[in-house]
Amino acid sequence: MRDEPLVLGIETSCDETGVGIVRGHTLLADALASSVDEHARFGGVVPEVASRAHLEALVPTINRALDDAGVKLADLDAIAVTAGPGLAGALLVGVAGAKGLALATEKPIFGVNHLAAHVAVDTLEHGPFTGPAIALLVSGGHSSLLRVDDLSAGVTPMGATIDDAAGEAFDKVARLLGMPFPGGPPIDRAAREGEATVSFPRGLTTARDLQSHRFDFSFSGLKTAVARWVEARERDGSPVPVNDVAASFQEAVCDVLTMKAIDACRHAGVQTLVIGGGVAANSRLRAMAQERAAKHGITVRVPRPKLCTDNGAMVAALGSHLVAAGRRPSKLDFPADSAMSLSLIGV
Amino acid sequence: MLVLVLDTATPAITAAVADLGDGGIELRAQRVTVDGRAHGELLAPSIDAVLTEAGVKPFDLSAIVVGVGPGPFTGLRAGLVTAATMSSALGIPAYGVCTLDALGAATVGTVLVATDARRREIYWAVYRDGLPGTPPKVAKPAEVAIAIASEGVLRAVGEGAEKYAELLGVSAEAPSFPPPIEFARLAADRVRAKAPSEPLTPLYLRRPDAVEPATRKPALAAGER
Ligand SMILES: [Zn+2]
Repeated sequence: MRDEPLVLGIETSCDETGVGIVRGHTLLADALASSVDEHARFGGVVPEVASRAHLEALVPTINRALDDAGVKLADLDAIAVTAGPGLAGALLVGVAGAKGLALATEKPIFGVNHLAAHVAVDTLEHGPFTGPAIALLVSGGHSSLLRVDDLSAGVTPMGATIDDAAGEAFDKVARLLGMPFPGGPPIDRAAREGEATVSFPRGLTTARDLQSHRFDFSFSGLKTAVARWVEARERDGSPVPVNDVAASFQEAVCDVLTMKAIDACRHAGVQTLVIGGGVAANSRLRAMAQERAAKHGITVRVPRPKLCTDNGAMVAALGSHLVAAGRRPSKLDFPADSAMSLSLIGV
Repeated sequence: MLVLVLDTATPAITAAVADLGDGGIELRAQRVTVDGRAHGELLAPSIDAVLTEAGVKPFDLSAIVVGVGPGPFTGLRAGLVTAATMSSALGIPAYGVCTLDALGAATVGTVLVATDARRREIYWAVYRDGLPGTPPKVAKPAEVAIAIASEGVLRAVGEGAEKYAELLGVSAEAPSFPPPIEFARLAADRVRAKAPSEPLTPLYLRRPDAVEPATRKPALAAGER
């Protein structure tokens, strides 16, 4: 058991090759190579393109992280890597590469859960968790509400999207409005110039929905409603107020996300809400969550935008936590598990 | 000089430790496990096993030799990325060997070398007395039969040749998978000359399937629910 374990973390579950290095809760390096530009023309991540890019980027990104942190591989206490969930071929590059590193250095390796890593990364910014927390994880690949009692033991899923992920809705609406991929940043920017003048539907919020889907999300209907609204304007030959549509759409997403997250905190009697994932970089979501949480005496923990999106630091942060907690390392034969269960922190 | 040999370009997950002495090349340990779906799981334990069996520490290695394909993408990358991270971590060079070259190296006469490319296709090349006579390609067995008609091919080796022997019109012989020692042989000159480390460029031979605008949904699976 180590107080402040020095851990290198590797993340390759989607289109970012991330390598982070942490000492305890201190971030030493967070190197990133992204293949997002190669995917932009397809309007979404192409798995094989992502996997090829990871293979090329992994070693240079590892070396950059080591340089930035000013540490040597020999100094590490452990290596951590995202074992799942994510794109199977993309995950495998990181997992096999991390195992190679572990073999060469004879260091222990921890295969960890990507979603739990999104929660753990906040410890780098706001220190260790002091009690139970509710985590809202929102990105292009996931939209989940979890209860976190002990990050080294496991998390309890409370709800998730039943169709599109929140970030996916951003991507699709951005495309509809002629904005580039990924859609989160351009919508955030446009929304700041507009006003939420259109009341778009809030998925799974009717009294009936709340009975069976209290902590679940649905963004597919919202995306369709925005498409219909825009098409109707275009049919009339009237201009589409892009900034107002972006603001209205963003308002609807953030409204549902924060409403359900606060409800989950109150339901569980938990005082802390952690927000992570790429959509947590959205300025309106951050502001609305703070505002609503404050009314109920709930503390919001959300790391700076760069730590919200996929990165290696979050994997290193979770790895460091597991080493400090005395968790046993993974065996060398653990698989890259594209559908890894949320209740597993590591493999 | 001790070298670690890796290849994951076929269903055979291959790891070996070879000793390049003045007298010749000797295999100190090898593991060849045929499982087309478990490259990511089985390669690292195989490496661990051959190092242990050979009584070799990672820092005793002088080089890593790895099959660069052609091979199905996901499995192929497992070997390449492992070789890349190990070589970088140990500060030793990595050398690539074409997997078909290793399979054809010990053959005599004019021989078709073919591995399974899945999707009813094969990776193939013609070898003359162990040396490549044509560049590696990917094609349907019936197309390969036409392409080799004028090459004077009498025999074939490799799992791809075994699987499609009828369509190819050539009888298939052993080996089904590349013998580990051939990778060491094919890289021996570079190892002995301490040649600079090589970029390990995979021989994909196929372009990625990237025509449909896919949705950005990396993890919408059981793991999310
Ligand atoms: Zn993520």
